[in-house]
Amino acid sequence: MLLELRHLRKAFGGLVGTDDVSLDLRQGEIHALIGPNGAGKTTLIHQISGTLAPDSGQVVFAGEDVTRLSLARRARRGLARSFQITSIVPGFSALENVALAVQARSGSSFRFFRPAGNEATLNGQAMEALAEVGLERRAAVPASVLSHGEKRQLELAIALAMRPRLLLLDEPLAGTGAEEAERLMRILGGLRARYGILLIEHDMPAVFALADRISVLAQGRVIASGTREEIRANPIVRDAYLGEDEAA
Amino acid sequence: MTWRDAAVPLAIFALLAIAPFAGFGQGHSLTLLARAMIFGMAAISLSLIVGGAGLVSLGHAAMLGVGAYTVVVLDHARITEGWMVVPIAIAASAAFAAVTGAIAIRTSGVHFIMITLAFGQMAFFATSSLALYGGDDGYTLYSRTELFGTRALEGRLFFHFTCLALLILCWALVQALLASRFGRVLRAARENETRARAVGFEPYRYRLVAYAIAGAIGGLAGVLLANGTEFVAPAYVTWQRSGDLLFMVILGGAAGPHGALMGALAFILVEEWLAHVTEHWRLIFGPLLILCVYYMRGGIAGLLRRG
Repeated sequence: MLLELRHLRKAFGGLVGTDDVSLDLRQGEIHALIGPNGAGKTTLIHQISGTLAPDSGQVVFAGEDVTRLSLARRARRGLARSFQITSIVPGFSALENVALAVQARSGSSFRFFRPAGNEATLNGQAMEALAEVGLERRAAVPASVLSHGEKRQLELAIALAMRPRLLLLDEPLAGTGAEEAERLMRILGGLRARYGILLIEHDMPAVFALADRISVLAQGRVIASGTREEIRANPIVRDAYLGEDEAA
Repeated sequence: MTWRDAAVPLAIFALLAIAPFAGFGQGHSLTLLARAMIFGMAAISLSLIVGGAGLVSLGHAAMLGVGAYTVVVLDHARITEGWMVVPIAIAASAAFAAVTGAIAIRTSGVHFIMITLAFGQMAFFATSSLALYGGDDGYTLYSRTELFGTRALEGRLFFHFTCLALLILCWALVQALLASRFGRVLRAARENETRARAVGFEPYRYRLVAYAIAGAIGGLAGVLLANGTEFVAPAYVTWQRSGDLLFMVILGGAAGPHGALMGALAFILVEEWLAHVTEHWRLIFGPLLILCVYYMRGGIAGLLRRG
């Protein structure tokens, strides 16, 4: 099992974030997490990636309990995440954004004199990741002037450049146009074989097209978990979330 | 770095190199230029923290103070050889920066400003209470630091070019640091700390090393300052001095070490010129600084880029 969540609880004062969430994810699988706004999806991603500490419960990644490890340490162990609100370094070129991620796993960064921008190995691997998301032509462009969809692609390229084992993607399609969304979905589908992917997404057609398994979160609890067909057929899910139209 | 970025600092270095032979060779002018270059070094080192790491320090004068007081302490112990004094001063200021930075860098924003200010004030009161080294009154050096037993630094021209050479060295060092792997992590963490963490970097370590390097350069500037004036006093360590340094960085435009360099030169020269014009120069200097901040958002570097 690549990722196991055991009884994760997180509350903010009296407000429930996640309430006894247990999930697992296998290598080579896309596991989608759906649920209405405020269901605790992003709170859960934060606990998995290490930006929030759970009140109780465990995060086990590749057999290791990582519950107490920082975001950076989990990243170095192969846990890459994208953010609901795109998180890139705006002043860097697209290439340098990705090269930063390559640098993080390629030897020490306490090197003080050689210009990092001239390191062929860093740039080469960064270009590969950009090419994988179809952004290689925009390599030299400052990240701040990329379109919204391109920034989503860039963030994915950063995650890929980390050579992770698990991708945590928080609404990768949010705010993208139809064409960009389609391209991103093709990319995500192509990544399935090499990574485990935990996907949060509101775009239901995309979720049902991509996911191997789906878990439904409501008020911090997993109310259903199963294959696409099981979720589609589940009456509780239909009532609580999908609505008749979408489930049809 | 593009040639355009390098053109301005290289022109400044060239001007500083020919200045002694182009009408600025008298004692007073050379003293002023040396002072400008020394503060240029200090501002460059501060720009590594402010512009590079995104940490606004209001205690940088303490780094110069540690360097300057190292000269004093060693002078009192009859150690004046440069190859002893300079490395010890650099090590002392780097160590001071590392220890205070280890605490300060756990915070950010206003809290970081306040903690660096507090450490700066501690350094100020510590130097004021050093009765052995003159306390409030300061300490007059009997001679300048020696080089291989010679008194070469007493020569005004020699001192001028020593300052210039070290200034260029510091500028090149900070420029290289910012472009290196190390600098890339610093810059990334300044712009988007979460992103830097999410790819696997702990910004704290990088910031602490940058802080210690800035302290070391500041200490070197302090050695030169003590030698330039042949006098060291707690006034070197006041928070106003830290504020001046911070202002130089902002005035230049915190876009890199050349901004800080220009800011420092402009600050020292305008200050000197105004002091000549009227004894109430501070009444003009203050509003002038405010206007600069208000109308030159990118600092002097920003003006040149647009021009």
